[in-house]
Amino acid sequence: MPAYIARRLIQTALILLGISLVTFILLYLVPADPARQIAGRSATAATVENIREQLGLNLPFHEQYLRYLGGLLNGDLGRSYLQKTEVSTLIASRLPASLILMAGAIFCELLLGLTMGVIAALKRGSRTDDALMIASFVGVSAPQFVIGILLLYVFAVKLGWFPIGGYGTFAHLVLPSITLGFLGAGWYSRMMRSSLIDVLRQDYIRTARATGAGRGKILFGHALPNAILPIIAMIGIDIGLFMSGIVVVESVFGWPGIGQLAWQAIQRVDIPIIMGVTLVSACAIVLGNLLADLITPLIDPRIKLR
Amino acid sequence: MRKLLLAGVAAAALSTSAMLVPALAQDIKQGGSMTVTYKDDVSTLDPAIGYDWQNWSMIKSLFDGLMDYVPGTTELRPEIAESYEISEDGTVFTFKLRDGVKFHNGRALTAGDVKYSIERTVNPKTQSPGAGFFGSIKGFEEASAGNAEGLSGITAVDDHTIRFELSRPDATFLHVLALNFAHVVPKEEVEKHGADFGKNPVGSGAFRLAEWTLGQRLVFERFEDYWNPGVPKLDQIVFEVGQEPVVALLRLQNGEVDVPGDGIPPAKFIEVKDDPKFKELIIQGGQLHTGYVTMNVKMAPFDKVEVRKAVNMAINKDRILRIINGRAVAANQPLPPSMPGYAKDHEGYRYDPEAAKALLAEAGLGDGFETELFVMNTDPQPRIAQAIQQDLKAIGIEASIKSLAQANVIAAGGEEDQAPMIWSGGMAWIADFPDPSNFYGPILGCGGAVKGGWNWSWYCNEDLDAKATEADSMVDPAKAGEREAMWRDIYLKVMEDAPWAPIFNEERFTIRSERIGGDDKLFVDPVHIPVHYDEVYAKDVQ
Repeated sequence: MPAYIARRLIQTALILLGISLVTFILLYLVPADPARQIAGRSATAATVENIREQLGLNLPFHEQYLRYLGGLLNGDLGRSYLQKTEVSTLIASRLPASLILMAGAIFCELLLGLTMGVIAALKRGSRTDDALMIASFVGVSAPQFVIGILLLYVFAVKLGWFPIGGYGTFAHLVLPSITLGFLGAGWYSRMMRSSLIDVLRQDYIRTARATGAGRGKILFGHALPNAILPIIAMIGIDIGLFMSGIVVVESVFGWPGIGQLAWQAIQRVDIPIIMGVTLVSACAIVLGNLLADLITPLIDPRIKLR
Repeated sequence: MRKLLLAGVAAAALSTSAMLVPALAQDIKQGGSMTVTYKDDVSTLDPAIGYDWQNWSMIKSLFDGLMDYVPGTTELRPEIAESYEISEDGTVFTFKLRDGVKFHNGRALTAGDVKYSIERTVNPKTQSPGAGFFGSIKGFEEASAGNAEGLSGITAVDDHTIRFELSRPDATFLHVLALNFAHVVPKEEVEKHGADFGKNPVGSGAFRLAEWTLGQRLVFERFEDYWNPGVPKLDQIVFEVGQEPVVALLRLQNGEVDVPGDGIPPAKFIEVKDDPKFKELIIQGGQLHTGYVTMNVKMAPFDKVEVRKAVNMAINKDRILRIINGRAVAANQPLPPSMPGYAKDHEGYRYDPEAAKALLAEAGLGDGFETELFVMNTDPQPRIAQAIQQDLKAIGIEASIKSLAQANVIAAGGEEDQAPMIWSGGMAWIADFPDPSNFYGPILGCGGAVKGGWNWSWYCNEDLDAKATEADSMVDPAKAGEREAMWRDIYLKVMEDAPWAPIFNEERFTIRSERIGGDDKLFVDPVHIPVHYDEVYAKDVQ
């Protein structure tokens, strides 16, 4: 086990290195000249050159990259070109909001997805089943900004149950969590349905029924704990899915997380922020996957780590 | 040295209140709060760095400079200066500072702070986008190259007197001193916060920064020790950032927001404008903006003036205005209507495709020609370019559209032989200060027709350049009218050579809640966008 974790951590470091290189190359190729952008339209050529020198943008590519890596090893993500602040400060100030939103989304997707999946499995072949599966299909396919604006319009503007975007209280969290979790809920309901149908066909369920166990006991005592196993492993992978989702959802709801930070930085070609958020997200995805792999054998003894 | 001018505070103050809200100014009670929303986080509040329309007016409320404008107008007036004198030859400006001007940290503001602040902007280490504006001060070359510590042309005579010596007469210098880049910062706070000063701004403005939660909100609170006790009208302004413009409008309807800072989203414009709920809340005003098509005079066939005139006559501006839902007015000259020097009676080139065809034939291009029209690739710019393309086709010009990212179009424009035509939308040009000269040098003068410059038509008329220099050396305020006329003439001469086809001047549509009051002009102030934060008031405390 420790050897496995060590091996995975080394892999993780290599993956992150690769990601930093690819992102750096892509941003290096972007035609926008950061020095000219900082200098503004009334700057002279000399001023632009001076800024380029101060930022090290006049250096050849590999030197720029090595400089960045050197800073990275010291925990320095650089300074934002336009916000003139440490990127790590900007990310640190916004990370809690994104984590809260993700927690809310995981709760929503499990609650919605599992409930729908269980009902659909129990009522297999019925109209309820069809309706739920269509709903899950919509959840998987509908763009998040459409769902977000729709929820906002109906529940915040028309009904007034929730605040219209923003951050701070529990009420603010509900709609963005549902929006972000809706996609996952679609997947989970389908997985839960097929997994539960599968388990309900097993011999031990028939045995339990034969011993006279009630419907509730069979479902919650025997079927669900077995059917839910493959789903738990999925949650770690979800974090990656959320990382792309938060860019959209945070923008729609005015949620001050790193997704919104990334979106603003992309529009203004603020390269240090884009790099920083990409690396932090990549970290989250890789660690999420690692976590999922480590948890699975603990809850399902059939799976062993090698 | 004979003194030309003595501007009295009393006179300026009187004219201010008289212009704005006659008989009412004293009656406005101070107090109350206002909520403003923005989509983007505020980048920086450092006056030497901030150069976008969002932080521009916020910085103006936190900091003060020697000069300012009468609210809602383009008329200059002294701010922390009490009076100023200009030498007869227009190269020495001497300012007397007011008594009792304090920084938010309690320290009194001195002439030394003014000197320090401008030198900081010019210092290359600061990386200020505004350094170039101070080019006429003596010692600028050395200081901006990093070879000298300060500017030899600025002298703090005593705590209340500061003198600027210029290397050439500069009629725009008072405007330059009204720019944020000349606003005064306290040295000790700049040194304390270093590169993070922009997030911890300390100035001498009407408001002070009370709270800044990154990515969420900023709170401005009244500065109790402000030198002008009648200002600001509000006790507090809350800026909520990260709010989509559509969402901000919904919240305005709910009474949660007073001013959606990003305005009305283009997609909702017609709907909102015709909505009886919103109609009364919208204020329309001019902007110091012109949208134009440049024609590269160094690339055939645009080297022929007939061709450039033909393009001017071929474009149906009214149709383009319909495409952008009437958010602009048609233009026929480089200057926008709200800029001093605008020629009201100028008719410009009328829309006349037949005459345009005749002009092409005259130039020996009766069969038309092929060319390229560069445009920035975000809506509505490509749609506008398509309309221009169709109009040109009608007179035989086949223009293919090159729709690129903003940076690429700007780069192509800065090359001598890259872009035959560029539609300027989304990139150029909004004036930095309300003076006619601001539409010439970088975009129509010979100085801008260089690699990496903004003069995308590469038009260079030495005679006009000489006239421009002459006009800008007319510093005597008594000759302001004459100078304005000279500039008007320069732009009309430019249009005879037609390096541009001016298309439209964008209008501003500010929307605000019922409870925020003030003269309409304050909501479409040429310098303070979206509203003049110091001057608008809350109706619920009246």
